[in-house]
Amino acid sequence: MARLEVQIGDLQLRNPVMTASGTFGYGTEYSDFIDLGRLGGVFVKGTTLEPREGNDYPRMAETPSGMLNSVGLQNKGVDYFVEHLYPVIKDYDTHMIVNVSGSTIEDYVACAAKLAGLDKMPAIELNISCPNVKEGGMAFGTSCASAASVTRAVREVYPKTLIVKLSPNVTDIAEIARSVEAEGADAVSLVNTFLGMAIDVERRKPKLSTITGGLSGPCIKPIALRMVWQVYHAVNIPIIGMGGITNWQDAIEFILAGADAIQIGTYNFVDPAASVKIVDGINDYLDRHHISSVNELVGGMNHF
Amino acid sequence: MKQLDFTVRSNEKLNDQNHLIKVTPSNHELLPEIFPGQFVQILVDNSPRIFLRRPISVNFVNKEKNEVWLLIQAIGEGTGRICEAVTGDRMNLLFPLGSSFTIPGEKGNYLLVGGGVGTAPLLFLGKMLHDKGVSCDFLLGGRSEKDILQRRDFEKYGTLYCATEDGSFGEKGFVTRHSLLENKRYDFIFTCGPKPMMVAVAKYAHRNGIACEVSLENLMACGFGACLCCIEKTIRGNVCACTEGPVFNLNELTWLD
Repeated sequence: MARLEVQIGDLQLRNPVMTASGTFGYGTEYSDFIDLGRLGGVFVKGTTLEPREGNDYPRMAETPSGMLNSVGLQNKGVDYFVEHLYPVIKDYDTHMIVNVSGSTIEDYVACAAKLAGLDKMPAIELNISCPNVKEGGMAFGTSCASAASVTRAVREVYPKTLIVKLSPNVTDIAEIARSVEAEGADAVSLVNTFLGMAIDVERRKPKLSTITGGLSGPCIKPIALRMVWQVYHAVNIPIIGMGGITNWQDAIEFILAGADAIQIGTYNFVDPAASVKIVDGINDYLDRHHISSVNELVGGMNHF
Repeated sequence: MKQLDFTVRSNEKLNDQNHLIKVTPSNHELLPEIFPGQFVQILVDNSPRIFLRRPISVNFVNKEKNEVWLLIQAIGEGTGRICEAVTGDRMNLLFPLGSSFTIPGEKGNYLLVGGGVGTAPLLFLGKMLHDKGVSCDFLLGGRSEKDILQRRDFEKYGTLYCATEDGSFGEKGFVTRHSLLENKRYDFIFTCGPKPMMVAVAKYAHRNGIACEVSLENLMACGFGACLCCIEKTIRGNVCACTEGPVFNLNELTWLD
């Protein structure tokens, strides 16, 4: 299926369908349900320099057509990843990409530098958009200056494909995208979750221990799609689109809006096999429309 | 773990809120080994507002009929929709998920304490203990007589003791105040139900030096360890209740700290 192949930086993906960080564990969690080798890539759980216990329970609240989470980057740290998880996942037959997060620029740089040495890790996704940590995270992704400085600092130590994951919690996502492009990002991925909240009216208490959390799922799709379309008109680097994708029609929408590739996120929880169904759906769509390469569709929305 | 379509064989309304739904794999494949305490994730169809699956514990497995029993309380929009299922409907499940109760090899006195719909996994556990030649006592609680579900089924596998808040069946009050706990000495306690009840049972077990396992029902999204939402604080730090649990040994938890 060469016509599904997509290029993101130095990465040659077998197809444009990948899975979003924080929704797919380390891939291993899904191996009972799907053949990981059918995916374009897997973005593994957000990884930080030091281990993190994450936020207190409750961390999740279902909302209409979506969910809020405030996991808070629970992970065992980059050294544990390198020693214990990388050896397990490095031979998976797909691109395994680490999502890197931090509280300071120094954290991001140190984490990225440790990952740069791993042969079979062809790329990282710089998470400057996590809404669930007190320090850093989204703070880096909400101003052009801080987004630019963290990208610049990581670029210096990370020679492989550098993808920057953008926050939708900004006034103008296109200008943030331009600022990380200017500092050498190879691609942008968008969007991370929207800051939201929910209240239990009987108890008059927030549904999340952190009060606010990140909203994801089909309820955010139209906004995410609009943002991908805006960024498509602002940058020349590849775009990985995500936000509420549940089926191949959603995926094609993101591609027509300007995404070179897409990530399936929260819907993996509902249908752990959704990603491979979407690969098949995109392929059938190309057949029906006699399109020889998925790349021809990128930004291919017709205007009135 | 697998994802499979099941066909609804029957849906019996046990009281105003609770349904017993019996399902079998639509493709007739044989059920894999399922252990008491494990759960399934049910896809809620045709309900656009409801997004996530609903985690439901396995109430019973009838191997001869290749059938899984699910005891479901229609408590909200999602479970309400599931309980509308009629014979012949399809139901998509992820299963079997999570850890199970330990079936000890030793003989001894076993007590299974359940409250409300939390009694569900104890039926299957009681059956497995019975199959091992272990007889157990069930101590079940509810608001009133109609809330003590599946009494005849439980009686097949052990001795049934009950407590109701209004005194309409068994002793009046909470299970945790039942005279059985004063009068008989147990070696193992397994419990599932509302958290305040389980905490009280856990304290009783701890005070009396009795081994105790509890089954949690933390809010979860995926059910298979990917989302990290259903975490429980343990002596090993935060762990997923869906993969490390839902059944935990009391010694692993930080409830009594």
